Amino acid sequence: MDTRKEKFPYGIPGHNLSEIEREIPIEEPPVWPVNDKLKIIGKRVTRIDALDKVTGKAKYTSDVRLPGMLFAKMLRSNLPHAVITSIDISKAESLPGVHAIHLIENVQKEGEENKNGKYPMVKYVGQPLGGIAAESLEIAKDAISLIKVNYEKKPFVIDIESAMEMGAPIVFDEPITQQEDGGDVGEVHDGSKGEGNVRGPSTSSFFGGPRGDLEAGFKEADVIVERTYRTQVHTHMPLETHGVVVDWRPDMMMVYASTQNTNAVRNEMASIFNLPKSKVRVFCDFMGGGFGAKHSAGSFGPMAANLAKKSGRPVWLMLDRQEEHIAEGNRPNSIQYLKIGARKDGTLTGIEQRSHGTAGVALGAGVGRIAQILYPCPNFATEQYDVLTNAGPGAAWRAPGNVQGAFGLEQAIDELAEKLGMDPLSYRDLIDKSEVRKVERQRGAKLFDWSRRQPAGSGKDVVKKGLGVGQSTWPRFVTLDSSVEVKIHNDGGVEIRSSVQDIGTGTKTILAQVVAEELGLKVKDITVNIGDTFFPVGPGSGGSVVTGSITPPTRNAAFEAKKELLKLVAKKWETDVVELFIEDGQVGSNKNAELKMPFKEATKLMRTSQISKIASRSDDYGGFQQPWGLAYGDLGSVQFAEVSVNTDTGFVKVDRVVAAHSCGRPLNIGQLESQINGGVIQGVS
Amino acid sequence: MNKFSWYEATSIEDALQQVNSTVSEELYQPTNKASVFKSGGIDMFDWIKEGLLKPQKIINIRNIPGLDIISYDPKRGMSIGSNVTLADIASNPEVKDHYLALHQAVNHAATPQLRNMSTLGGNIAQRNRCWYFRSADHDCFRKGGDRCSARQSETGENENHAIIDNGSCVSVHASSIATALMAFNASVVIINVEGEKKKVTMDDFFVTAGKDIAMENILQAKEIITEIILPAPTKNTKSTYIKQVARESYDWSLGDVAVVFEVSGNTCRSASIVLGAAAPVPYRSMEAQRAIENKTINSENALAAAEAAMKIARPLAKNGYKVPLFVSTIKQAILEIS
Ligand SMILES: Cc1cc2nc3c(=O)[nH]c(=O)nc-3n(C[C@H](O)[C@H](O)[C@H](O)COP(=O)(O)OP(=O)(O)OC[C@H]3O[C@@H](n4cnc5c(N)ncnc54)[C@H](O)[C@@H]3O)c2cc1C
Ligand code: SF4
Repeated sequence: MDTRKEKFPYGIPGHNLSEIEREIPIEEPPVWPVNDKLKIIGKRVTRIDALDKVTGKAKYTSDVRLPGMLFAKMLRSNLPHAVITSIDISKAESLPGVHAIHLIENVQKEGEENKNGKYPMVKYVGQPLGGIAAESLEIAKDAISLIKVNYEKKPFVIDIESAMEMGAPIVFDEPITQQEDGGDVGEVHDGSKGEGNVRGPSTSSFFGGPRGDLEAGFKEADVIVERTYRTQVHTHMPLETHGVVVDWRPDMMMVYASTQNTNAVRNEMASIFNLPKSKVRVFCDFMGGGFGAKHSAGSFGPMAANLAKKSGRPVWLMLDRQEEHIAEGNRPNSIQYLKIGARKDGTLTGIEQRSHGTAGVALGAGVGRIAQILYPCPNFATEQYDVLTNAGPGAAWRAPGNVQGAFGLEQAIDELAEKLGMDPLSYRDLIDKSEVRKVERQRGAKLFDWSRRQPAGSGKDVVKKGLGVGQSTWPRFVTLDSSVEVKIHNDGGVEIRSSVQDIGTGTKTILAQVVAEELGLKVKDITVNIGDTFFPVGPGSGGSVVTGSITPPTRNAAFEAKKELLKLVAKKWETDVVELFIEDGQVGSNKNAELKMPFKEATKLMRTSQISKIASRSDDYGGFQQPWGLAYGDLGSVQFAEVSVNTDTGFVKVDRVVAAHSCGRPLNIGQLESQINGGVIQGVS
Repeated sequence: MNKFSWYEATSIEDALQQVNSTVSEELYQPTNKASVFKSGGIDMFDWIKEGLLKPQKIINIRNIPGLDIISYDPKRGMSIGSNVTLADIASNPEVKDHYLALHQAVNHAATPQLRNMSTLGGNIAQRNRCWYFRSADHDCFRKGGDRCSARQSETGENENHAIIDNGSCVSVHASSIATALMAFNASVVIINVEGEKKKVTMDDFFVTAGKDIAMENILQAKEIITEIILPAPTKNTKSTYIKQVARESYDWSLGDVAVVFEVSGNTCRSASIVLGAAAPVPYRSMEAQRAIENKTINSENALAAAEAAMKIARPLAKNGYKVPLFVSTIKQAILEIS
């Protein structure tokens, strides 16, 4: 591949912004300068679908209505641990309006006796057992209540500490082959090792394994903090619940899905029903939110498809709030033991972490990589255990594991600072080697006015104030399998197509911004058609990968399409294409200011009715993805919080939060702020 | 949700002819043949959606003319029709001027959307808050069951439950507005199918769980609330209301306090102190009233009254925090009067 050298803006604006040289493929467009020199990128652009959303025009998956469509409801277990002896569906079947019933059964090879019984073992309340499709949701619900499930109860355990005890009821007596659902980028733990209900430990991540010698580290320490911290289970609760509408036509399976990952749902459905990927189309136009638990087809996806197959009709299957709480994912809890040692001068000498968490019947209750990488301590080890309980499965949630891990570590660092007699903010200046977070601390502290902080015990009122700081980090990930098509139509229209979905963060808007910037047009001139797997494959909305993965190919595709259009103009003007550009909707020439042609007119020069270019995410030009450094392990955030505590009632109130986050090149300031505000609000509530 | 028929009542008489049961009776002993009143429908439809209430007929009393009027007379006091929405009470200037604690209570109840829908009659007649009571999957005395899930020693989740009068059912009343109404010595006007009208004080309207586990108020089938009457305040009447919640934007009360005093100078001449979310029905604290009457309103006396109120508290396994919460809130409310 032919390459050329180019300089990229690199660093922290207002601090150390400079340039860095990279080799890029010769055909790629010139590197964009900093945002100040751009017209649309980095500006406060209103979401292109804002009006549709606030006026109710936007149609979400739950709004889909198709001719002949049936409504479905899942049958779920109401016991936490049991063997199903029989299921009687006769009454449900004969209820007028019921069209299809599907029960989940163990797969058994022909001719073999099924030693596991006909139905899967029940392991938690809310476990899907089957589903019914009927002419209305009310009929479907009534029919569900007419199904009689006969169980043989088994002892159960739902509490993490009881589950760890000897003699506790065993949740899985078979090894678990299922792997942890860490969103796009979680670690994959092996669920086969461990005893009783405890699995693990996991001791390493993609940042490596244990470092140094912990014992020696703690010997060197003058001060040691040893603590156990706990975090609770959270359920996700996006406004729109999980669900799909499946329209299984003779030629193709059409799936409308409320999903963070159209492509993954497509692949799952294709594999479950043994269909070629080209015959499954997953579509998600508007997405009512998701925080990590909507990456797969779940059990409701295949259920709707089975019911559609049996009834020969489209099937709507959206879950309700209760189902969301009990069965559709949660952020696991944690019990984290931390031991941290430091010398008198504050230098860290050892960090030991041991965690237990329960993701119910699933794995993935670790506490992430924060303790491993936030502060470069030479001696470090972690042991992260999963505890199985008879409860609904956990699922990825905004920085899976790291949220729990950051809470524990940052509490312990505060306690250490106190023991050392140091201010918690300056102590972080001392032990944190990240340049990004240093600047975040400085700017945040100024906005927050950290200097108001009083020593403990200063407040004499019933309501006391606390001022605190906490940090976190999340690496930069990119999905290279990210492609976009940009089309220029001969009526002047410009269209973007990709399977990438807009989870609600404003992906549609930033794609339009990128293309508008590249083509010298306005955001409103661009049509964004995404969330459809008939278009080029885009990334899943998880792990903070979307913007960094999908915007570079979007720009490249627009650049290629523009080049082709300008070639036609160059031919007409009998000039060289390299001197042509588009600005404010006009094609112009560097050489001859007289030459002007509106973009729309230029598109009429096309021989075919459209120019179509598809581009895919290039690799990072051998530079950015280093374990440490500005664009990877060194990222993160610093947040300051002012909190009042009523010492009579115990009520805690968060009065103010200042959040400083790093994000690479900001594409849309308003949407970026929304992301951070949303994160803070979710964290507080 | 079951299928039901819908009846649009045109008058009080018409409604009373149609009705044959109450939501309370039907929840305690379901017949699935009940005809019941619906006003704003907020509480009623919760029960229907959960599948616990399957009425045969819903009688919509929301559009009966004349039941949505607020009037105030300096001598006779205020009358609030049973169909007046919480939003209308919240924005009524006379409520704010003469019944400050009610104004505060209504503005802290539910959400703006819910206040637009909910009526005052429905608010005081809504059923108690208890997740077991309101879940089809759990056993509960109030649904005619034979155990109280909230009291179970290991598994009972009772952090929101009652600390006073909690010998049988330990749920708390849902209306935080009733706390203020009772403190103002409001009365409820009820008409029955024979056309007889009675006026009962809030204190008599509510029924403790010890007396009747099936209902929290005296309403019988074929009775309708038409208005709520608040006595006229004097120029020495002062009031305040405080509600403690886990989430400030909107939430159910963890403990709320309404205080209405007749004062002379800085002395409390007569006191009305009512606690919400403390007991299965709004609870008038005679102990606190006695402790503060004819005393100067100061920090020390306010605390003494608050502690007197909590002497009889018997917290459950998970709601011990409510005792200091009430001590602090009662004290703060009394001090806000001065
Ligand atoms: C999320 C949420 C938060 C809430 N927070 C609060 C809060 O903080 N404080 C608070 O006080 N409330 C709160 N509420 C409760 C809400 O205010 C009540 O549900 C509402 O007031 C009920 O009024 P309604 O008109 O909708 O009653 P309906 O549901 O129509 O009726 C309730 C009951 O009263 C009966 N009824 C209604 N009118 C009459 C009448 N005239 N005569 C006889 N019987 C009648 C009905 O048969 C039914 O049994 C909250 C509700 C929700 C959903
Ligand atoms: S507290 Fe009352 S309402 Fe709740 S379960 Fe017990 S009896 Fe039922």
